[in-house]
Amino acid sequence: MDFFLQLLVNGIVVGSIYALVALGFVVIYKSSSILNFAQGEFLMLGAYVCLAIMTTTPVPLWAAFLLTLAFSVTLGLLLERVVLRPMIGEPVISVIMLTLGLSSLLRAVVQGIWGTDTRPFPPVFPSEPVHLGPFPVSQGYLWSVGCVALLLLAFALFFKYARAGIAMRATAFSQQVALSMGISVRHMFALSWSIAAVVSAVGGVLLGAVRGGVDGSLAVFGLKVVPVVILGGLDSVLGAIVGGVAIGVLENLSGGYLDPFFGGGVKEVAPFVALVLILMVKPYGLFGKVRIERV
Amino acid sequence: MRCGDFRTSYAADTTIFESSYSRNAVLLCLVTLAALPAFASGYALDVVNRCAIAAIAAVGLNVLTGFTGQISLGNAAFLAVGAYTTAALAGKLGLPFLMTIPLSGLAAAAAGMVFGIPSLRLKGLYLAMATLAAHFIVEFTATHWDAVTGGVNGISVPAASLGSFEFDSDARLFYLFLPVTAFLTLFATNLFRTRVGKAFIAIRDQDISAEVMGVRVFRYKLLAFGVSSFYVGVAGSLLAYQARIISPENFPISLAIDQLGMVIIGGLGSVQGSIFGAVFMTLLPELLRALTSEMADSYPHLTTLFAPLKMGLFGLVIVIFLVFEPDGLAARWRLIKAYWKLYPFSY
Repeated sequence: MDFFLQLLVNGIVVGSIYALVALGFVVIYKSSSILNFAQGEFLMLGAYVCLAIMTTTPVPLWAAFLLTLAFSVTLGLLLERVVLRPMIGEPVISVIMLTLGLSSLLRAVVQGIWGTDTRPFPPVFPSEPVHLGPFPVSQGYLWSVGCVALLLLAFALFFKYARAGIAMRATAFSQQVALSMGISVRHMFALSWSIAAVVSAVGGVLLGAVRGGVDGSLAVFGLKVVPVVILGGLDSVLGAIVGGVAIGVLENLSGGYLDPFFGGGVKEVAPFVALVLILMVKPYGLFGKVRIERV
Repeated sequence: MRCGDFRTSYAADTTIFESSYSRNAVLLCLVTLAALPAFASGYALDVVNRCAIAAIAAVGLNVLTGFTGQISLGNAAFLAVGAYTTAALAGKLGLPFLMTIPLSGLAAAAAGMVFGIPSLRLKGLYLAMATLAAHFIVEFTATHWDAVTGGVNGISVPAASLGSFEFDSDARLFYLFLPVTAFLTLFATNLFRTRVGKAFIAIRDQDISAEVMGVRVFRYKLLAFGVSSFYVGVAGSLLAYQARIISPENFPISLAIDQLGMVIIGGLGSVQGSIFGAVFMTLLPELLRALTSEMADSYPHLTTLFAPLKMGLFGLVIVIFLVFEPDGLAARWRLIKAYWKLYPFSY
């Protein structure tokens, strides 16, 4: 039972980060129908930038964190303006390939500047565990889940009540109608890219803090969110959250219980097996909008 | 002097070579290539062999992605299926390469068709994700099915041999790779002059209209997956014979992305373009390597930067091509040819 709970808690923690990255993925897809395969690199870059600011300058953690967010906003805006805007109207394959090219470019930048070794992340959360009932949980985990929950709540409110959030939803619904209502679709695209970069960077910093180190493997999260968004539905923010936690738990449970039979590595492949099954049974996911084609 | 297209029959419209000049140019090119081992170094031949493997895989991927419009991120997986099939058939059963190469192609085709099944309901983005999943599942199998694949340690492949003649050097392998590549390229070019190829193109352009016109969309999509994966499987088989030892590390997801890059840079929907793209993307890292070792004396830390430089250059090239030359090298080649056709009276 303890083993099960341990796996469950791990799954929820990792899953909450998945949810965050998936949120960025969904926001971009909803507004501009682009699958951003460079999402994992946004996450990695965020973690590295925050680490670099903390280690090279004397600023406190919160300031480094804010600077990282500012950097991510700039990165998102820049990429949208320079690289993505010329791709409007190009075939899907080109856009996918573009984000893949972008991801290897960003990864190369990170490797070129910081190398491939794991770099220790200064301790952010207190290390003694908290007892939840009979069961010790590391404080970093709780902080991480708390931050993610707060951020997701903030974005839910933003999409529901803020002017820009409503404009983004309108753009996602129909670009033409949004344009005729005086919404600048371009600004909404730019906004969605910066939101995606920001949430990924937050995910990266949290992961770095929880794991105590950052390295190139953080970029794997970009591919791991693919099953998440498929399970939740590509265009559903709620789906991203539910899917994130579900895939995180699935991955940890299957890894914990099936690894002895397969000799390890189940954790890496289980989400993708789930992905194939979901695609065969319910391709639009739990909360995704079903597209009906009419001629 | 030719100063325009004067086609008067359907046969002239579907011909492979527009003029006897272009046919002779291709033949001359092949003859020159065949004479290459006489004066090229082992390293150069190794690079050429890798170009050949990449070209076969890129042509295969282009059949699926460029001509049928189905996006696949699972190419490295199908390459792995081909390579491991060759390793198993040649290593354990001792079959000759004349049998293992086509059988590896067929094994990869079968795998490709299985993962192509989701294309019944899905298109575009979703298919990219299904094939991405295929990649990770095949990678997992290759890493953990020790009895057949040798796990992470890999498995060794005996040299391809014909009687007592062993294809064990780069020059000898070259004479195995060149005919296979030439034949498969010709086959792909011919494919798009037939009913099947036209059906692929119809599905790419508008699948619903294609269905209305009597193309069985699902059957042809699966067939496209099969043909494409067959090519990739053959490329995997040749890769096994060249590398002689294969392990899951030979088939990372970045390989699939590389190959998509070749197809994009070469030009979607052009057999010729895939070859351009494959050669370009294979030579690019080699040029970079030559350049970094040249400059290593003055900038010693450059050699440690080689891996990120290579990755960054790849990403940059993809992005630049997509933004500035979305139709790829094939389109550029056509423009160059058109320019010289009327030179110097182009107006």
